[in-house]
Amino acid sequence: MERRDSAMSEKPIHFHPDGQEALVELLFQLADDDFLLAYRGSEWLGLAPHIEEDIAFSSISQDTMGHATMYYQLLEDLGCGSADELAHARPASARRNAVLLERANGPGHYLREPRYDWAFTVVRQYFYTQAKRVRLESLTKSSYAPLAEVAAKIQVELHYHLLHWHTWFVQLTNAPLEARTRMTKAIQDVAADFAGVLTLGAKGTEMVRWGLIDEEKVLTENTIAALAPAFAEVGLDWPMPFGMKHGNGRNGEHTPDLDEALATLSEVYRAVPHAIW
Amino acid sequence: MTNEEVWKALETVKDPEIHSISIVDLGMVEQVDVRDEAVSVCLLPTFLGCPALDIIRTRVEEAVKQAGASAVTVEFLRHPPWTSDRISEAGRERLKQFGIAPPPRQMPSGAWQVACPYCGAERTVMENLFGPTACRSIFYCKQCKNPFEAMKPVLISG
Repeated sequence: MERRDSAMSEKPIHFHPDGQEALVELLFQLADDDFLLAYRGSEWLGLAPHIEEDIAFSSISQDTMGHATMYYQLLEDLGCGSADELAHARPASARRNAVLLERANGPGHYLREPRYDWAFTVVRQYFYTQAKRVRLESLTKSSYAPLAEVAAKIQVELHYHLLHWHTWFVQLTNAPLEARTRMTKAIQDVAADFAGVLTLGAKGTEMVRWGLIDEEKVLTENTIAALAPAFAEVGLDWPMPFGMKHGNGRNGEHTPDLDEALATLSEVYRAVPHAIW
Repeated sequence: MTNEEVWKALETVKDPEIHSISIVDLGMVEQVDVRDEAVSVCLLPTFLGCPALDIIRTRVEEAVKQAGASAVTVEFLRHPPWTSDRISEAGRERLKQFGIAPPPRQMPSGAWQVACPYCGAERTVMENLFGPTACRSIFYCKQCKNPFEAMKPVLISG
């Protein structure tokens, strides 16, 4: 599979104010994606397979939360509300994250008998990080300069996330017996919702029109090109086609898992709305 | 208050987690402006998720006020991105004093080799890409048998 060059050659060089609606929509997608996955990652704290992973994963999740904060900050700068409020107070129906990223880590609860699925987590993190890298590469050329700057900053940090998840992905899938079986199942599971990460939603065409990001097709092809070598490395067939089994989060469709996540993560914020963080 | 006095004050602001190195040595200070007695300081965040940023902001305000400024504003800039080659030569030495190997100057594709900050031996292995903070990794020296940390290289690739 060949990597395609940016199709944004005809994009407007400077951001046009008429594109603001599409820009806001895109920023909500970027912010909510990182925010929800960082939250799911934080739920592994103390539960990861070993102490080194506990340290690494919490570091990655904290960093990812920092990325979400930057996007919420850009939304705040555009007059959409305060970053804290945007992160904590919006109901599930207003969220734009992909459904894959809100899904619970597995059965149980992190305080009571967590039966979390490490294979699912590794595959979700690896697939998402590759898609995020492709998206950031496109965003560094965005017509909205503040977004392009933030993307360049996040891009240098993402290198380490990718190294980490690639290592887990290859080692677990190449391990014999149960590990490979569970990884193969997890890949199917993640692939069934992965189209939801790649889509730009109903306003995607507008986003491309205003030169904010490359079109969905280009992003998808580049993500596939980025993931494919790892499949060759572990000798597994490509899990196409990707689906949106649990709905399209970009259009506000979500699962009860998101309600549960928002209730937990915003509990303190809702209890003391005027607290200083 | 002069520009120089502000920079001098900023040299007293240490990384909250690495007490031997100042934010100036780390290359976090991008710009200093002095207008009458009001000072504005523009900083570059190292890692976006770094929880020390707010502490650094407060300490910069305190240090510059103590040096004579009547008002201080601290801003974290989005651009340019901070990179690990902004750390000064003196800063690289001070990291070693704290037991942290300075970051390599080239971006490695996978694991990288660093010299032990204690005994200088090259016989070291990476134990964990991620350390106690996002910007550090954990290594082990096979020569002096000490675990140590190394600062991650953060460079713009390509």
